[in-house]
Amino acid sequence: MMQTADVFGADSVIFDLEDSVHINEKASARNLIKDYLLGHPVLPSKVILRVNAPDTADYSFDLQLLDTLKIDGIMLPKASEKSTKALAEMLKRKEESLGRQFDIIPIIELASSFLELKNIASVKGVTGLLLGGEDFCSDMEIKRTREGKELWFPRAELAIVSRALGIDAIDTPFADVNDDEGLTQDALMASSLGMTAKAAIHPRQIPLIHAVFSPSNDQILWAKNVLDAEKKASKNGLGVFSLDGKMIDQPIIKRARTIMQKAQRYEVGVPENEE
Amino acid sequence: MKTGVAGTKESNDALISVFESDMLEIEIQSIVDLMYHDQIEKVIRETLKEEHIQNIRVVCVDKGALDYTIRARLITALKRMKSDD
Repeated sequence: MMQTADVFGADSVIFDLEDSVHINEKASARNLIKDYLLGHPVLPSKVILRVNAPDTADYSFDLQLLDTLKIDGIMLPKASEKSTKALAEMLKRKEESLGRQFDIIPIIELASSFLELKNIASVKGVTGLLLGGEDFCSDMEIKRTREGKELWFPRAELAIVSRALGIDAIDTPFADVNDDEGLTQDALMASSLGMTAKAAIHPRQIPLIHAVFSPSNDQILWAKNVLDAEKKASKNGLGVFSLDGKMIDQPIIKRARTIMQKAQRYEVGVPENEE
Repeated sequence: MKTGVAGTKESNDALISVFESDMLEIEIQSIVDLMYHDQIEKVIRETLKEEHIQNIRVVCVDKGALDYTIRARLITALKRMKSDD
């Protein structure tokens, strides 16, 4: 999998040293990632490292991989305000010595993390929050279901806080790699609540996730028409104008801009106007 | 006898075993042996040189691993052999 990590079109690739690595294989996994980062000719566009929890002996060894200068961000498990601030402090020192910046993506997977959500998300360097659905359900002693109703509230809260602070709201992965319909429904629900991205656990999930989170042709066409109309209105000194009989004001213009930015990010072209 | 093992027999990986020895022996079993035997041996020899090891027995069961994987697995196997003291 590692050898082909760069070819599937993921926005970023997370190298996991935590739950997917047996405790006796942690050092071996670190060696493998280190040699991959330093020796593989092409790396994914963004490399994120999911480290072990701060209260483990492996945590500090994991962070030594930052010295490869090939890691763009750290994903912090079981994040709390205290552990996120401690990581940010450590990364600040690293940034000064290595001359580059690192993203922090706290994993929100404990009930207690939700009590501190705003403070965790406000720590300098945090660029996104990842909902850890499995551990959250485990902590809550509730069952994780295919429909995901149990994640409605955590998704909504995480999305609202992330939106307010201008960072990514990354949805929990969908565990069944053979259930395309289940994944699509799960991603649609997350998207409808304001999540802006979703983690995948298998490359075959990536196109389905992109299909949900990238803007549709209709949305792009609408956004283009709004922005074109705004240009014309601006020339005529109008702040508010109408398009197809509907009033267009600043929140709608902002939404149109966001859609075009997303289209650019997902490299979706502007469709032909059918008029 | 001191030994160390690292890696897996999964696709794109290699299972590397090292054994204490009074001479250098390198045994390679690879699914791409015909094309890459020499390259795999070169990576093993270079890594042993970097680790200042002259005499050892290395058994590499390769399942299509790239150079960095063989190197990482060998280094881990060597560390495990050392910690086997």
